[in-house]
Amino acid sequence: MKHVLETREVSGQSPNYLLAKFQDLVDWAVNASRANSLWPMPFGTACCAIEFMATAASRFDFARFGMERQAFSPRQADVLICAGRLPFKLAPVIRRIYDQMPQPKWVISMGACASTGGIFDNYAMVQGIDTIVPVDVYVPGCPPRPEGLLYGVLLLHKKIKGESLFDTVRRREEESLDERGLRLPPEQIDELSEPFGNSIHQFRSA
Amino acid sequence: MNSSVDALRATFGTAIGRALEVCGDTIVYVDRARAPEILKWLKETPGEEYNYLVDVTAVEYRDPERALEVVYFLRSLHRRADLRLKIELPRDQELVVDSVVPVWQGANWLEREVYDMFGITFRGHPDLRRILMWETYAEGYPLRKDFPLRGRFSRAEQVRQALAANPEAHYSMEELSIAEAFDGLPEDMKERLRRGERGKLPYSE
Repeated sequence: MKHVLETREVSGQSPNYLLAKFQDLVDWAVNASRANSLWPMPFGTACCAIEFMATAASRFDFARFGMERQAFSPRQADVLICAGRLPFKLAPVIRRIYDQMPQPKWVISMGACASTGGIFDNYAMVQGIDTIVPVDVYVPGCPPRPEGLLYGVLLLHKKIKGESLFDTVRRREEESLDERGLRLPPEQIDELSEPFGNSIHQFRSA
Repeated sequence: MNSSVDALRATFGTAIGRALEVCGDTIVYVDRARAPEILKWLKETPGEEYNYLVDVTAVEYRDPERALEVVYFLRSLHRRADLRLKIELPRDQELVVDSVVPVWQGANWLEREVYDMFGITFRGHPDLRRILMWETYAEGYPLRKDFPLRGRFSRAEQVRQALAANPEAHYSMEELSIAEAFDGLPEDMKERLRRGERGKLPYSE
């Protein structure tokens, strides 16, 4: 509705009024369809995947939110749910899966380890999957309860409903790796991977 | 104390070092040079018959003077007896022991794991490559005491190297040909494997 009001203010009887109205209608229809029929691609690597299974099973049942079909192929998936810690050895794998998913696509980082590396602040573990793929929703918890994941899915719905096909700022674009083969500048990856909380005491010599 | 210790001493004499019993398990220190012979003897001699190699692992102590140890956990399945053998590897010498793959086939991956984590080389191993870390991993041996917890490279460099890896090239041509699958592969994949897309292995010439 926002740009409808703007066009009115500028020129009283804007010739864009009908177009803007039409665009809103299209966005509403497209976003409602996308948000209410997300096909998740589960990338379960650890205990979060158990909670993910509970979320998918009858008691919590994320099929209620349109996620009836789990896509075990990235080619038919909308949302990548990384459930669990991601070792460096799996980093190229999740990147390849993300690249194989067709647009539009979203990523949920489920749990402390996927979001930040969690307790695994060591040589083998990616410190947050946002250094590898762009993340839309971070679900905290170790592991998060199914309610937590469902809340994350609902937040993702909200985000999807705010997107627009006609507005380049609010439209998700494909991001490929840069010429260094990284998603973010190296300084930013180092900063994101800084130790925090308990893990600053992990140095053996300290 | 396990009765095999006396039999070992009677047969190999000075090649058998001290033996001790810890929590009901017998530990025997053996000489590095004669270890393969001793292990083979333990497997094949009637009355010993340690036919199952439970695990091969290694220990590095915090004391920088103390030698590294390679540990063999043996079990005789039908005698229901356990024995643990240790070989000491002094730090001023090269970290090499003889492979026991000719004796127990199951030692193959166990020795690869010890090589991956501690950098101990197994002479005569048919396929000594890293098994847990990826093959082009260049930061060293993670379970050694001088290895920093977060690795040697910066996080950005670690991410860069990880993303540069090809997720489809984790099988060597040898593995694929052993599986008799290599000939059936599509041409482009054969070509990629021939070119060695896994990159240069850091600890091979």
